[in-house]
Formats: sequence, structure tokens, C-alpha cells
Amino acid sequence: MALLTLLAAVTVGVVRMRNLFGVVVLASIYSFLMASLFVALDAVDVAMTEAAVGAGVSTVVLLATLHLTGSMEYPRPRKAYLPLFVAFVTGAALVWGTFSLPPFGTADAPIHQHVAPRYLSESIKETLVPNVVTAVLADYRGYDTLGEATVVFTAGIGVMLLLRGRRRQSAGRTREEHGP
Amino acid sequence: MKLDLILRVVIKLFLPFILLFALYVQFHGELGPGGGFQAGVIVAGTFILYAIMFGAHAAKRIVPQRLVELMVPLGVLIFAGTGAAAQAFGGNFLDYAVFSHDPPHGRELGIFLVEVGVLITVSGTMIAIFYAFTGRGRS
Repeated sequence: MALLTLLAAVTVGVVRMRNLFGVVVLASIYSFLMASLFVALDAVDVAMTEAAVGAGVSTVVLLATLHLTGSMEYPRPRKAYLPLFVAFVTGAALVWGTFSLPPFGTADAPIHQHVAPRYLSESIKETLVPNVVTAVLADYRGYDTLGEATVVFTAGIGVMLLLRGRRRQSAGRTREEHGP
Repeated sequence: MKLDLILRVVIKLFLPFILLFALYVQFHGELGPGGGFQAGVIVAGTFILYAIMFGAHAAKRIVPQRLVELMVPLGVLIFAGTGAAAQAFGGNFLDYAVFSHDPPHGRELGIFLVEVGVLITVSGTMIAIFYAFTGRGRS
């Protein structure tokens, strides 16, 4: 509960702040709070990823971007009521959706009835891997994990195409400008 | 430059342990929490930390940009290649049971290979993105 309160406070800070450097730092703090929340929920794998990617790597990348663009946000020309309304309705729909979920942590929730018992009872016998999460990710759900790896690959290729390609072009342009 | 002496020394002391922790997360992922994704981002974080402290040029001497950009597709190829190898052994795509006479051992090997592929792609992509951003410079 304390973590959730801090999360809400950080979110308000991110929305209200005009200095983007502060926003990046706050976003990093937000990721660390999320990681702590995941640890509290016993999802250590997700917590590790969140702490390393959300708080570490993405903060560095955002800071590098700020170095290129400057760190003050322009004041918004007018109040944006329509996006506020859309966000409010979406949030209300999501909260409304949680009412029909089974209570948190119940063993007889539908998601625990389908294939999870088989994974839990058979995975060590079938794969010799004591960590059920790894067995499910890499073996039973191998296609999904291959898809995830492909997503990461695509993201990397996209960034490299966008940033590396443009740099060469702009270098050529400056050479033209400064040339004889 | 002189002011960050403590930072430099502490980071130099820490780097091997962070890298060791990444390897632990990778190869202990079968027993404890962790796996290729987590280890990959920790490896990437190690080199990015090094690059922040000692400059991108120093980091590129350890992990050249070409190597990093080679790692991005290489990991996916290892992953998909493991799946295709299972087909070549007569099983289904990504069905590792055929790698060994004892199906559970085959699955264990398959999981290991796949995690290595994930590690390579994730760490390569993260460092490549970092290089792409830092390589721009303010013009």
C-alpha cells in the first residue's frame, strides 16, 4: 500500500513537472518502485527486468535523448479536456473490469485450472529444470519466447536503421554545406 | 574530472561482480529466478555503465559496434536454429525432446540453448540502442 501511494505520488510528479530531466529521474524512481512492487508480489524475474531496463537502460537512453534535444518542455497552449476525458473513461472501464476478477491469490481461479497444474506437477519430470517459470518460458511456450526475442530483434534493427542511417545523411549534408 | 575519482574506482570494483551476477542469473536460471532476458539486460547494463563512466570510445574498444550489431540477429538465429535443429532430428519445431535419447535431457539442453540465444539478442540490442543514441552527438 505504501508502495502504491508512492507510485501515485511519482505519477503526479511526472505529469506536473516541466523540467524533462526531473521527469526522467522520476520515471526511473517509478521503475524502481514497480520493481519493489513485483518483488512484493513474488515475481522476481519481472522485478529484475524492470529494475535493469526500466530504471537503468531506458533512463540512460532518455538522458542521451535529452542531451540531443534540450530538457525543457514547452508550455502547453491550451487545456486538453478531451484526452483527460478519454483517459478517465478508460481508467474507469479498467477498474470496472477488475470487479469481475476472482480475488487476488485464490488457488481456484480459472487461470490456475487450465494447464498450470500440469506444468507444476510434470515440468521437473519432463524437462529436469527445477524452475517452472524457465521451463514454461523456454519449452512449453517456446513459440511465444521466440516471438519475444524477435520483437527485441526488430526493435534493435529499427533503432539502428533510424538513428545510424540518418547520421550518415546529416554528416553528408554538413560536408556539402561546409564544402567549397 | 578529478571529482569523480571515487565513482570511477567504485564502478571499476563493481563491474566484474555485476557481470558475474549476470552470468549467475543466466546459468542459474534453471534453478532460481532469472533467465536469458534478465541476464541480457544486466550484461547490457554493465557495459552501458562502463561507457557512461569511461566514455563510449573505451566501451567500443571492449565491445565493438560491429560485434554488438552482429549479436542482435545472431541470438534470434540461435533460438530459431535450435527449433529447426529439432526438426532436423525428426521432431516438431522447438520440440527439444529429440536432442537426446532421454527426452528430459534433450529438453534441458534445448532450454539452455534457447536461453543463450535470448541472452545474445537482448544484450546486443540494448547495447546497440545505446550506441545508436550516443553516436549521434549534438550537431
